[in-house]
Amino acid sequence: MRVPLNWLADYVDLPAETDPHALAAEFASVGLEEEDFFGPETTGPLVVGRVLDLVKEEHSNGKTVNWCRVDVGPEHNEAQDDPKDPQPGPEVPSRGIICGAHNFVPGDLIVACLPGAVLPGDFAIAARKTYGHKSDGMICSAKELGLGEDHSGIIVLSDLGLTGEPGDDAIALLGLDQVTLDVNVTPDRGYQLSMRGIAREYAQMKGQSFTDIGSPAVAPVNEPTTDGFPVVIDDVNPINEVAGCDRFTALQVTGLNPEAKTPFWMQRRLQQAGMRPIGLTVDVTNFVMLELGQPLHAYDSALLGDEIVVRRATAGEKFTTLDDVKRKLDPEDLLITDRGADGTGGKIIGLAGVMGGADVEVHSGTTDVVIEAAHFDPISIARTSRRHRLSSEASRRFERGVDPELGPVAARRCADLLVELGGGTLSPATTQIGDAPEPTVIELPVERIGNLVGVEYTTAEATGLLEGIGATIEVVGKDRLAVTVPSWRTDITDDVDLIEEVARTGGYGRIPSVQPAARAGKGLTTAQKTRRRISNLLAADGFTEVLSYPFTSTKRDDQLRLEADDVRREHIRLANPMSEDMPLMRTNLLSTLVDLVVRNLGRGAKGVALFEAGLVSTSAGLPEGPGPRHLPGYHPTEAELEKIYASVPAQPYHYAGIIAGNAELPGVWGKGRKAEATDVIDTVRRIVAVNGLEVTVESDQIAPWHPGRAAKFVLADGQVLGHAGELHPKVCENLGLPARTVAFEIDLDALLAQEDLRAWDGALSTYPVSRQDVALIVDADLPTQTLAATLREGAGEELELLETFDLYTGDQLPEGKKSLAFRLTFRAPDRTLKADDASAMREAATKLAAERHGAEVRS
Amino acid sequence: MTDQLDPLDESAVKQAVDAALQAFADSTTLDELKQAKIDHTGDKAPLALANRAIGSLDKADKAAAGKIVGKSRGQVKQAHDARLAELESERDTAVLIEEAIDVTLPTDRRRLGARHPLSLIQEQAADYFIGLGWEVAEGPEIESEWLNFDALNFGPDHPARQMQDTFFVDPAEAGLVLRTHTSPVQSRSLLERGVPLYVVCPGKTFRTDELDATHTPVFHQIEGIAIDKGLTMANLQGTLDGFAREMFGPESKTRLRPSFFPFTEPSAEMDFWFPNKVGGPGWIEWGGCGMVHPNVLRAAGIDPEVYQGFAFGMGIERTLMLREGINDMHDMVEGDVRFSARFGMKA
Repeated sequence: MRVPLNWLADYVDLPAETDPHALAAEFASVGLEEEDFFGPETTGPLVVGRVLDLVKEEHSNGKTVNWCRVDVGPEHNEAQDDPKDPQPGPEVPSRGIICGAHNFVPGDLIVACLPGAVLPGDFAIAARKTYGHKSDGMICSAKELGLGEDHSGIIVLSDLGLTGEPGDDAIALLGLDQVTLDVNVTPDRGYQLSMRGIAREYAQMKGQSFTDIGSPAVAPVNEPTTDGFPVVIDDVNPINEVAGCDRFTALQVTGLNPEAKTPFWMQRRLQQAGMRPIGLTVDVTNFVMLELGQPLHAYDSALLGDEIVVRRATAGEKFTTLDDVKRKLDPEDLLITDRGADGTGGKIIGLAGVMGGADVEVHSGTTDVVIEAAHFDPISIARTSRRHRLSSEASRRFERGVDPELGPVAARRCADLLVELGGGTLSPATTQIGDAPEPTVIELPVERIGNLVGVEYTTAEATGLLEGIGATIEVVGKDRLAVTVPSWRTDITDDVDLIEEVARTGGYGRIPSVQPAARAGKGLTTAQKTRRRISNLLAADGFTEVLSYPFTSTKRDDQLRLEADDVRREHIRLANPMSEDMPLMRTNLLSTLVDLVVRNLGRGAKGVALFEAGLVSTSAGLPEGPGPRHLPGYHPTEAELEKIYASVPAQPYHYAGIIAGNAELPGVWGKGRKAEATDVIDTVRRIVAVNGLEVTVESDQIAPWHPGRAAKFVLADGQVLGHAGELHPKVCENLGLPARTVAFEIDLDALLAQEDLRAWDGALSTYPVSRQDVALIVDADLPTQTLAATLREGAGEELELLETFDLYTGDQLPEGKKSLAFRLTFRAPDRTLKADDASAMREAATKLAAERHGAEVRS
Repeated sequence: MTDQLDPLDESAVKQAVDAALQAFADSTTLDELKQAKIDHTGDKAPLALANRAIGSLDKADKAAAGKIVGKSRGQVKQAHDARLAELESERDTAVLIEEAIDVTLPTDRRRLGARHPLSLIQEQAADYFIGLGWEVAEGPEIESEWLNFDALNFGPDHPARQMQDTFFVDPAEAGLVLRTHTSPVQSRSLLERGVPLYVVCPGKTFRTDELDATHTPVFHQIEGIAIDKGLTMANLQGTLDGFAREMFGPESKTRLRPSFFPFTEPSAEMDFWFPNKVGGPGWIEWGGCGMVHPNVLRAAGIDPEVYQGFAFGMGIERTLMLREGINDMHDMVEGDVRFSARFGMKA
């Protein structure tokens, strides 16, 4: 809401010396946050000038300019032109100014800015050579002074209904020194979308008494008559059983002078408030809306049918609004229509409370008007506005709640201004349908205010503060208030709403700072601690944590070579994605993490190791059909809650990491080492190990990994933890990743589901170890892990450590074979092992390996 | 040197000893010392010969000669060993100096990783509240509309529901959104944990804002809710003041300004006092807060006549930007490793 301070001063005592920035801070302290500040943008000399003479000169560019002699008052006139110029008319004290506009004649009073002046947009004026003459200033258009968009000609004061003497300060005359504060009105406080509402806040803030110009008890209103303009309210489809229109006031003004113009002061205020002056009738309706908060509509009586009918649209109806958009109407849309006295010939004349149409709009020849001041259901207006994506000054107010008592006052105020400014006559015939609802009365124990706010208020204090917002208070019982809520405060429905008003108007600054003592908590959860542990491990292992956007596409699934039936193709889809190219929610982290790898490499990184932790989702298993709906304040039953929870897709917590380029960096020590599948397989093993768990590794063929270089991790309970390995060469190519990029992705929830099986079974043995080495020749495709498990089993419990220290394939072995060398470290808990003991255990191990896998000892 | 030395000739023996001591002292290398040792203590050295001669002396002279020669030989051995230690030490020192390396060579053979500062700051906030006895709650990012809006007293037609630019899941009838704030975790916590309740909920949130210097469609918030008997706005103020000190230093504090949120009444915008603000200390808007609306408690089956409390929420990105002097949102969301590297594992 833009608040021109000179306008505000009409209703309250606003001292001229008020510092507008300090005032903005005060408004913020009662909830009106400053959005914008429009201060004076023009500095002088900007003066009234009289055109003494002008010479039209045609120039080679085909443009005709006026070479003017302008009297700008004794203070600014120059006795002699220097150089001797211009030459229209005799040499008299004046200034020579070149002007390209043609809407003025000698004798007119205009606005001249002289060298040294600065116009809006930091436009500094200096004497300058133009069209072969020296122009000693500029004759200003409205646009140049920030007075609107009109740049078709210069300002002629008489056109604005203004006058003055040459040399008069035009800044004051045009109100260019005025300040407008733009304050943010929160959506619950429709009443603040008016000068009336802002003035009330100001008066209460400053402790001033306040005269409410919107009160039917203060302002003139017409008595309803039976011969008012016929209006029928016919709502067959109320929303939530609330009537779309519960009040309608119609007044008629006749005999308006079509030539009458909106006075400059009113145009100026409309502009300051952010609206465009259009013509007297429309300007007056807008002015009254800004002043009181009641949206109004004026129809040309000559174009209007015999009756107004307020009704819902029927399916298939169409209507073109004033913004020239043809709209397909919905049966929930509330309409203003007209029809003949016999009920025929009806047409739609407006989307109620949102926007009218061109058909019955007032125009330059309008003499008789019907003024509408209605009250509409906020929800109906909000839905129509949203449905048609059409927000107007009227709809903004109706959505937030307009004072239901206001219609008759606003209609009369509008009519009075039209009579005063347009020379018409107000007909006594007055339509008044519907009454304002009975006011809400809320009981409020004063003690309850302090109990919630933490500040003690006396009954007198609370009463005073609530009276300041316009409430009527009756003290019932001891320190218990019966508060009659003012008609414009439709937001106040509960005692907490009143408590907020006491706290707000009493000042939040009074609230002390008292830290509450919470109950003893349980600390971080296991999941939270595990996540920190893993993230810190990854960072220490060289990975940088990043956060990619979770939006993706089927194209990305294709690039990752996901199979057609892969569950990772079952995405949650957004109805309104940021980009139509990325309408899906990711089902795995790698799908979006890869982009950040590419970005870093594109920015010059030679290699990169990234990880991300976050939620993923699939649409698999979601219930069909509409989700559960319940209204605010309703506590769902257990069964209903179950449905709510079940409607939300499972969102497991994943970790993913990628290494592109080197695992070990190059430097003075050597060339570094390219990352390989084992690096990320090891990363996953380490993640498992630091969490005290065990995992088995199997080879797997799964996108987006290389079919021969991917590991699957299986947890003790059989759940798959995830995968790691080298990405498929095609995937690297598709995504622009370096060849042999390696990656892992795991499901942390699977890890968290594991039982910690670790047990401590005695003291550490300190007897010496005995080491035995053995090399075994086996089939090349036998997983090392399988062979190692067999050796462990065969060696028995005194095998403390099994290390694989060599892998050989080559000429010295038969085709399809490999040699794996193991070191077995034995230790007994109760004795020193002899060499024979250790050899026997090693032989038992190799024997089992021979039986199970055909392993031969390599000599 | 081959002259036979009389083991009873004390002065001759002393001469031999002096000669040995002098030779050791004159040795500047281990090799020279070795030669000197052979010369003065070897089989043909005068003292050795004197020692051997004792055997042929009269019984009466044996003891005296043994004493003279034994003492002298001990003196020579001691001198040799001392000089040997000296020369060895000199040699060792020289070797170590030769083995010196340039310790300023680069050492970054292993890549250094980093946490994202947005994660670190959430952990810092969580730790602060854990220290107060609060707990850290979490919830899904794809959320039921009921929990994101209705349970928080946003009616289906409430204008506030339009204030937030919501991502809706297709089809809209499914009633799912990407949560627009962390506040649905308030309702989940009330429903699942009951009261008394003291929890914070950091997490990812979504609104349909284009990425620019100050907006991102995917961002983070931290939400707090405390419900107990007798909690007041003064407790809200106290909690916020403490949190501001944790995040912005001991000089910081907060102030409340009236505002509107459907899920709180009274509601407030919260500013914090930032001692390190660019251009001088001042107030900066930090988030929203208020006393939890009775309808929020009712929706969770909690009696607002018995329990009351407060809630607050602030943007993590904004907090980090202000605190660290980050000017552009792009740096936080684009995943450039140079950004996180600046923070290491501590924001």
